[in-house]
This record gives sequence, C-alpha cells and structure tokens, in this order.
Amino acid sequence: MPEAPIPRSPREASPRQRSGNRRIAVATFATVAGMVGLSFAAVPLYAAFCRVTGYNGTVQTGGPAAPGATERQVTVRFAATTHPSLPWRFEAAQNAMPVHLGESGLAFYRAANPAERAVEGVATYNVTPEVVGKYFHKTACFCFDAQTLRPGQSVEMPVSFWVDPAMAKDPETRDIRTITLSYTFFRTMADAERTGALASAGPHVGRAASPAAPPR
Amino acid sequence: MAQAAHDTAHSGHDDHHDHAPGFVSRWLFSTNHKDIGTLYIIFAVVAAFVGVTLSILMRIELQQPGMQIFSGGQAWNAMISAHGLVMVFFVVMPALIGGFGNWFVPIMIGAPDMAFPRLNNISFWLIVPAFMLLVGSMFVGQGAGAGWTIYPPLSDSTYQSGPSMDMALFALHLAGASSILGAANFITTIFNMRAPGMTLHKMPLFVWAMLVTAFLLLLSVPVLGGAITMLITDRNFGTSFFKPEGGGDPVLFQHLFWFFGHPEVYIMILPAFGIVSHVLSTFSRKPIFGYLGMAYAMVAIGVVGFVVWAHHMFTSGISVDTRAYFMAATMIIAVPTGIKIFSWIATMWGGSLDLRTPMLYAIGFVFLFTVGGVTGVKLANAGVTVILHNTYYVIAHFHYVLSLGAVFGIYAGFYYWIGKMSGYQYPEFWGKVQFWTTFVGVNITFFPMHFLGAQGMPRRYPDYPDAFAGWNMVASIGSYISAASFLLFIWVVVLTFVRKEKAAANPWGEGATTLEWQVSSPPPFHTFDELPHIR
Repeated sequence: MPEAPIPRSPREASPRQRSGNRRIAVATFATVAGMVGLSFAAVPLYAAFCRVTGYNGTVQTGGPAAPGATERQVTVRFAATTHPSLPWRFEAAQNAMPVHLGESGLAFYRAANPAERAVEGVATYNVTPEVVGKYFHKTACFCFDAQTLRPGQSVEMPVSFWVDPAMAKDPETRDIRTITLSYTFFRTMADAERTGALASAGPHVGRAASPAAPPR
Repeated sequence: MAQAAHDTAHSGHDDHHDHAPGFVSRWLFSTNHKDIGTLYIIFAVVAAFVGVTLSILMRIELQQPGMQIFSGGQAWNAMISAHGLVMVFFVVMPALIGGFGNWFVPIMIGAPDMAFPRLNNISFWLIVPAFMLLVGSMFVGQGAGAGWTIYPPLSDSTYQSGPSMDMALFALHLAGASSILGAANFITTIFNMRAPGMTLHKMPLFVWAMLVTAFLLLLSVPVLGGAITMLITDRNFGTSFFKPEGGGDPVLFQHLFWFFGHPEVYIMILPAFGIVSHVLSTFSRKPIFGYLGMAYAMVAIGVVGFVVWAHHMFTSGISVDTRAYFMAATMIIAVPTGIKIFSWIATMWGGSLDLRTPMLYAIGFVFLFTVGGVTGVKLANAGVTVILHNTYYVIAHFHYVLSLGAVFGIYAGFYYWIGKMSGYQYPEFWGKVQFWTTFVGVNITFFPMHFLGAQGMPRRYPDYPDAFAGWNMVASIGSYISAASFLLFIWVVVLTFVRKEKAAANPWGEGATTLEWQVSSPPPFHTFDELPHIR
C-alpha cells in the first residue's frame, strides 16, 4: 500500500477508513448473531442426529414391523432406573430374554405408585452397547407417552421390539451377544409444576425433596 | 466535569502536545486505548487478589485430611467455582486481552487508537458489574457451586436453588458480551487501522496473537451465551433444553460448553504466546526465529482448537469412534505448538541473552508450558483419560499451562512493558526476587498434584483419605510461597511508582524493534501525531 493519502488529523479516521470500520463491524456482529443462532439450532440438530444415526444408543421408533425370525439369537436384558423425584417403584418383569434377530419380542415392566396422589411420569430410554441403537426397533412402548398412575395403582407396561438382522452383518455389531435396554423414569415437568415439587426443591444439595414422597 | 483540577494530579501522560481530560472523563468515560488498557490491568490485579485469596483458602482446607475451615461441601463448591471463573474471566482475559491488547495493539500497528473507542469503554465497564455479580454470588444463599463448567443437572434449579447461580450465570453473560465487543473492536482495528506499509505479514507477533484470539472469541463466546441462556430458561422459565424429563439432554450442554471452553483455553494462552515471542526476541537481540511459521502456527492452533472439544467429554458416554477422532485431532495440536516451542528455543539459540526479569519469565514460560503440554498429550489419550479424568492430574495439567503458562506470560508482559506504560522502570533486583519466588512457589504447588492425580485423588472434594496427606501438605506450602510472591509483586509495583526511576523510550536496546519502543515512555496521550510509515 504505497503512499495512501493521510487524513487531516491522524487521530480522526478518514471517511474511507470509517466506512471500512463499519463494514467489518457489521460482519463481526453478523458472525456473533450467526453463532448464537447455531447454538440454539444445535438443540434440534443434536436430537435429529441421534435419531438418524442411533448415536448414544438411540433406538429406532416408528419403523416397520418385525420381518420374521432369522437364525442368530441375542440376549436382551432389561434395566430400570427411577429418578429420585418420582415416588414410584419401577422394575422389569423379567431380567433377560433371548430373541432371534428379526423376531418380534414382547417384554413387560412393572410400575407401582405408593404415593397418596396421582403422579405422572415419563421414561427416557436407550440401548447399550450404543452402536446397536440403529438396529434396535421399538414398535410399541409405554415410554412413547407419559404415564399417570392413580394412588396405589400398579400396572404392567408392555414394550414390543425387534432387532434388525442387518446387525449380524455390520462388522461393528456382529460380535454383540447381549443388548441392554434401559429405562429411566422421571416425574414429568407438568406434574412437578402442578404439585409444587419444583418450587419446594428447597435450599439443599443432594437428593431432591418431594412433597409426594411415599411414606417408606 | 471536574476538568483542570485533576489534571496536574494525573499529568505525566499529558506533558506532550495535548491535554488529557479531567479525572472523571478520563477514567470513567475513557475512550483512549491506553487508559482503558490501564483500567483493565488494574482491574485484573484486583480480581487476581480475590482469585489468589480463594485458592489459598482452598489450600488451607486441603492441607490436612478432614474438614478444616469450610462449613461443608456446598461452601467448598461455591469457592472452587468462583476461583475458576474469577481466574479465567476476570484475571487472565482482562490482563492479556483488555490490558496488554488495548495498550499495544494500536501502537504496534501504528494506529491512532482502537477502531471504536466508545465500544472499548463499554467493554471495560461491562466486566466490572460482571465481576461484582460473581463475587456477590458467593455470599447469596448457598453460593453457586456447580464448578466453572456449570454442568446441568448440578447447575439446575433442583441442585442449585436460589438466585446465586443465576447471578453467576448473568455474570458470565456480561463478561461474554464484554469479550465479544472487545473482539469485534480488535478485529476491526487490526484489519482496517494499520499504518501505511504495515502489511499483515509485517505485523508483530503479539498483534497476530490478538487477531487469532479475537476470532476465537467471536466464534466461541456466543455459543457459551446461547448455552447459559438455555440454562437460565431451564432454571427459571420451565424450558427443558437440558432436562431429560422434558425431552432435553444434559450432554448437549457439555457439547455446547466445550465448543466454547476449548477455544477459551487458547484465548487465554495465545496472547501470552505473543508476549513471550517479543520478550525472547528482545532479550536475545535476535529477530524471532521463523516469523511466518510462528504466525501461522497460532492460526493453526486457533482453527484446530475448534474441532477438538469433545476430548473434555471422553467419559461422558461418547462412542469409541468419536473418541478416536477427538483423540487424534487433539494430538495434532501438539504440532503447531511444537513449532512455537522450537522456534522460541531457536530464537534464543546463539543469541546474546540478557536475563532481565521479563526474560526470566519468558524462559520460565517456555519450560513450564512444555511440561503442561506434555501432560496434555498424555491426557488426550481417551483410554488413559478414563483413569485420570477428574483427578488432580488434570488440575496439575491445566495449572501448568494456565497458572504457570498464561500467568507467566502476564508477568513477562508486565515487566517488559511497565516502563513503557508508566514511564517508570521496575526495580530489577526485586523483579528477579519476585520471579524466583513465583517459580519455586508454583512448582511446589502444582507438581505434587501430578502424583496425587496419578494415585487417583479426585478433584472438587474438600476432603481426602489419609494416603494423600503428604503431597497435599507440600502443595499447600507451595501455594503459600506463591501467595507471598503475589504480595511481592504488589511490592514491586509500589516500589516502581515510589522510586520513579525514569524509563527511556527504549530501555532494552537494539533487540526491541516494535513500534512501541519508538515513542516516549509513557507514550503521549495521543500516540502518533504523524502516522508512522513502515518500510
């Protein structure tokens, strides 16, 4: 840049410099806005990514019915966890069951509400090993919707699933013999709000207090 | 405003051509890059006093097994969280970016001031209330005890109820806004305000460092802003971004946080890289070895730094392929970093070394940053991290690159430039005493933490089994020496301003070649009456 014309006083930017400054500033703030937008876009994108790729053991839902049994067999184990904020007893009705790849399996979970008021819960779920996520199909499950249990009510909840035979061909998954299907039951946010469990979490660190906690 | 009355009290800067404004308009409404830089440095020293005090409280607690001075786990958690956030956002960043960056970027590129002087003022005055909010959060309710990483669910309304967590989050918001405005200002200044002849490939390395840092800030801080906004609405407005019961995912927060958090560690270290390059070259009386390589190594570190974030999440349940990628990408960063380390050594090689205080700090930086870098490569291994994750080994690693890396960079810059900034040269003897006290203190503090971590002592606990007592005692003693060295630093500053030993325009001789050494010490209130022309 030889001999650019120097402005009247070097302390004041020339009009050309000033418009350049403005252009760059606009570009930088547009970048900032874009990055904020991207961070919010990450929320649906992350969910979609997990759904499509089976990442983090995300199972396939709403897919076709089971194609029919093949020869390979795997063991499906059932795990159940309850979040401390939900006053339920929640457990698998069976520890494990053998299924053939492609065969439709039906398993049951048991939930009981010993509290003195109706409580609404909802379950999150995945499978391990996580790579199996894209081959594990659920055709019907109690976990698709929130469940409400009346005081003292006890229910058996079904889950119907099948494992894609393609799993036996994928080098990443063909050695897998055991799949663990896991559920964690939470109190729904709407229910927590209704019963004031959110507000009364209280000044503490550790286990959340719950007004609907059952007398143990 | 109170014009002339204060002028004489704050002269020294304005004995040149033009009058500095009065006290209020000069220091509260400041638009001058040098004054804002000074404000940032003073602010960082004040914040450092708070941060160091917190760390000493922590080391008193950890000196022996059992609970010593803290009432319980939550008080401890609030304290360690505040220590981390204060040091990152209110000590290292203001000192390196706001302080030295504001002071020397415009001078080094021959610009009359920053591109947007008033924006610069807002940047500074946003960080002051941010700091007050964060410090205040320690005294409200039970404090914000979710660690500096503020992971949900620990940071949600169940486990951190009450307004203190919201205060801390809002403090981060303000500090983030301040950083973003500052970054926009630096980018505009560096791209558009350079003196004639100052091409990008002639820019001093400190300016390059600040340019890369500004880009990292611009791209990463908004993501933190987004993440903590979601956290705030999750806490207060019933959204469920990170709540599984509402369809959210807490691991998403970790992704967002570390997409910001990993570039953030380069934001803290790159300006120190720049300072160290100048100091090593000045006191070796040689130009920096491999100038272009050094500049583009920083660019490479900045770019790659954006695609390695999940190495902080190796134990968060991510798939083995993902871990393999993030492990490899992380290790690649050792390549440009190695280029920098070897270029620094090559700069010193065969040079005429002058071991003044800034040079001692710069050499100390190269040595200790390398130690931290080596443990970093070790921690980058996904398999090893399963054992070392959240142990004192990690604490040792990041204190070697930050507490001993970035902070040594700050000290090097301070001793290098204090004569230029104030017009008074520091006392060399006390400077050297201060260096050696710091060097001994921080190493005694942090080196034993490698042993503790390798033996499995977890971080973030106020108590530990008796087996860890020995090295914890050593680390605590080291931290008291480090605290003494910080007080010694205050003493050096006091001596500097009491002795009033006039600094020459260029006290360092022929090795100091950048533009700031061609103006008087201190530079006139308005630096360049005539824009310099760079050959």
